[in-house]
Amino acid sequence: MTFDSLRAATRFGTGLSPQLPPPDSVAAMLRPLRGRDETARRLPIAPYGEIRPSLVEWNVVARDWRKARGTPQEAAARTAFDKLRAAARAAAWHNFTSTLARGVIAPEGGLHERLTRFWADHFTVGSRTMRDRHLLTAYVEEAIRPHVAGRFEEMLVAVVTHPVMLAYLDQSRSVGPNSAAGRRGGGLNENLARELLELHTIGADGPYDQLDVRELAELLTGLGYNDQRGMEFRPERAEPGSETVLGVTFPNRAGFDTIREALRMLARHPATAGHLARKIAVHFVSEDPDPALVDALEAVWRDSDGDLLAVTAALLEHPAAWEAPPRKVKPPFDYVQSALRALGVPPETIMRPETGETRRLLQIPLARMGQRWEHPPGPEGWPEAAEAWITPPNLAERIDWAMRAPAALLPELPDPRAFARVAVGTDMPEPVAFAARAAESRAEAIGLVLASPAFQRR
Amino acid sequence: MTRIDRRSLLRGGLALGCSAAASPLLTPMAFASAPWENRLVVIVLRGAMDGLDAVRPAGDPALAGLRPTLAANPRAGVIDAGYFALHPAFDRLAPMWRRGEFGAVHAVSTPYRDRRSHVDGQDLLEAGTAGLDGREGWLNRLLQTVPGMAAETAYAIGREEMLILSGRAAAQRWAPDTRLRLSPQGRRLLEGMAHDDPLFRSALGQAMEIVDDLAAEDARSGPVLPGPDGAPLRGDHVRLAEFAASRLAGESRIASFSINGWDTHDRQQAPFERALVRLVDTLLTLETGLGPAWDRTAVLCVTEFGRTAAENGTGGTDHGTGGAMLFAGGALRGGRVLGDWPGLAEADLYDRRDLMPTRDLRAHAGWAMRGLFGLDRSVIEEAVFPGLDLGADPGLLL
Repeated sequence: MTFDSLRAATRFGTGLSPQLPPPDSVAAMLRPLRGRDETARRLPIAPYGEIRPSLVEWNVVARDWRKARGTPQEAAARTAFDKLRAAARAAAWHNFTSTLARGVIAPEGGLHERLTRFWADHFTVGSRTMRDRHLLTAYVEEAIRPHVAGRFEEMLVAVVTHPVMLAYLDQSRSVGPNSAAGRRGGGLNENLARELLELHTIGADGPYDQLDVRELAELLTGLGYNDQRGMEFRPERAEPGSETVLGVTFPNRAGFDTIREALRMLARHPATAGHLARKIAVHFVSEDPDPALVDALEAVWRDSDGDLLAVTAALLEHPAAWEAPPRKVKPPFDYVQSALRALGVPPETIMRPETGETRRLLQIPLARMGQRWEHPPGPEGWPEAAEAWITPPNLAERIDWAMRAPAALLPELPDPRAFARVAVGTDMPEPVAFAARAAESRAEAIGLVLASPAFQRR
Repeated sequence: MTRIDRRSLLRGGLALGCSAAASPLLTPMAFASAPWENRLVVIVLRGAMDGLDAVRPAGDPALAGLRPTLAANPRAGVIDAGYFALHPAFDRLAPMWRRGEFGAVHAVSTPYRDRRSHVDGQDLLEAGTAGLDGREGWLNRLLQTVPGMAAETAYAIGREEMLILSGRAAAQRWAPDTRLRLSPQGRRLLEGMAHDDPLFRSALGQAMEIVDDLAAEDARSGPVLPGPDGAPLRGDHVRLAEFAASRLAGESRIASFSINGWDTHDRQQAPFERALVRLVDTLLTLETGLGPAWDRTAVLCVTEFGRTAAENGTGGTDHGTGGAMLFAGGALRGGRVLGDWPGLAEADLYDRRDLMPTRDLRAHAGWAMRGLFGLDRSVIEEAVFPGLDLGADPGLLL
């Protein structure tokens, strides 16, 4: 088996839709990756560099409020700070609902949205404070999405030098012990260096040891950011001396170029090709992918120096990517997104302002299904195994959501028999067709279709 | 049974005699249908707890130099274990400590070395094996050693995956805030659709069983525990602990869940204290919720590895090796810090950077299970922790 329209939309996309036909070829699937980003144009999300409130605005208003305490200006400063917080919260909600809705309107099955999620998860970030909650999606929009069909090393550099990643993995506070700044205090923090090797590039099975982590951490010193200026290199924090990482010695030339060189070396390392070829196959195809598929992806990755469009095309052109039976389970975000797409919920409905009701419809259920939005378990991102998602409490939440959300999102529910054909596909298993016919109410019939294993697997 | 077991049974029996009339949870039937009377709770502290900050080796001359902000001038807690001083966040457990129901083991680890990855470290901790090839958890293998056990004997609680209880033996899994509103016809149709998919079929079957079970128990509410400010304890960890206690007070004997938030690379003091407060809340909630059964309970709090002996340049600590295991429960002999202390001088450290593990934490867990459930040494060394040498009895149990 090679290309299959239904599988193209479910396995590699955001699902089937009553309005948008599934793609009819691999070329069609790849088309939205090549041209202008129409989905992002229709449902814009501000990139980090443009999002409001910016960190600078936040700092100013928060400082004014602190200073105004106990003075006649306190009430006004408090109001300004409350307004700022409300704006940040609204931005975070806009980011969440826009990301969901993009999967509903995405053309040709929605491969672009899936690739963005995959790489955003590969380069997971989180936030620790209120002031940067709304910046996480903005980081994805700026550092991930423009690169999903580009070269891996470009994405790697964009991510590793991004203020959100530098904050998340503590790099912005790491100081070379023998640097000018280090002699006055502060020291090394090896968090980013470790995850860069273990998660982002050569993988936990890769050829590195603690010394490589240490040397890479020293090499990365100086890399930091400033709320106003963004990423910057601070020579006074850079550890002097040459560093050797994975057998490659980088001369004593502290500077951003050396860091870029090291990142390029990691991106082009053969172990990175192997690690990511497997990760892509596991994410999109099977927890135990056909070795021939992994080998093919690895070869294309190596020969193209990590050209992600070429690697994606190789995935879609390989028979094993289509032949594997649908055993993967959609994680909660993809589950809810594909249900919204199958129901044809208009983006305006998904993007209604945040209220208790809209939170209970869209965001709280994700947490209760085990995938709280933008709160990954750690830098390793979300799990891949079906067993990690389909546990009794998490499955109960999926069922509960499927039973009540559609009626709250649509003025009128579709005919369940037709809906089953749209959502699961014309080749649906007989018990799904039977449930759609035999349920005692329309809402329960729709819920059952969405709760079926056939809809949840891909 | 050994003398140790009789003692713990006797103690539990006396406590039960005093308050059985007041407890609707401890029916004779519940006891009859369970394979054991003792309880084991394993709490996985995800993110690598800094054992050197939780249980501070105050007597070690190298400590203050290694940790200028974390240990040089620490706020003193009330639990003083001689050479060791417990973090002040544990002060609320002082009564438990004095009763000998709370303690620690220091300088322990799993066999995991050198790579210091959370994912791999936790997998190894939960698999309980020497290498990373294990796909079953050690609590699950414990269940496998006793044939004919009911699924509700063991509970994995919360929404996170608990490898420690995954495997061939049946175990329940639930999060206390779950609902499942479905008509009887809807249930039947759903079962029909899931019939040929074992993963969905089994998760659905368990979900329905637990929902029915909980509905039948008609929302009995346990005692509410006040926090340090007098208001009731709140938070997901408290709900997990309440649910665990309610199950263990009934037919369940083993429960496992996680408490996250231990990965303190940066300005450790505040986040570390918050994580300890969650752990303390959890232990207090378990104690209250278990009632008389607390005397037959062992709680083990384990983490994937320790953290660097020295603090890093940003007031935090990085991934290390040896660490501490905390334990609580009336079935254990606490009020002390166990373990063979290796010292913090540079030459005594593992890799010249981490606390040197002087014992495998599986040996402590193994001895606890041996005492609690009367398992043979060979069963633990071959089935539960394959290839482990249990070594000498650390005397963890009463």
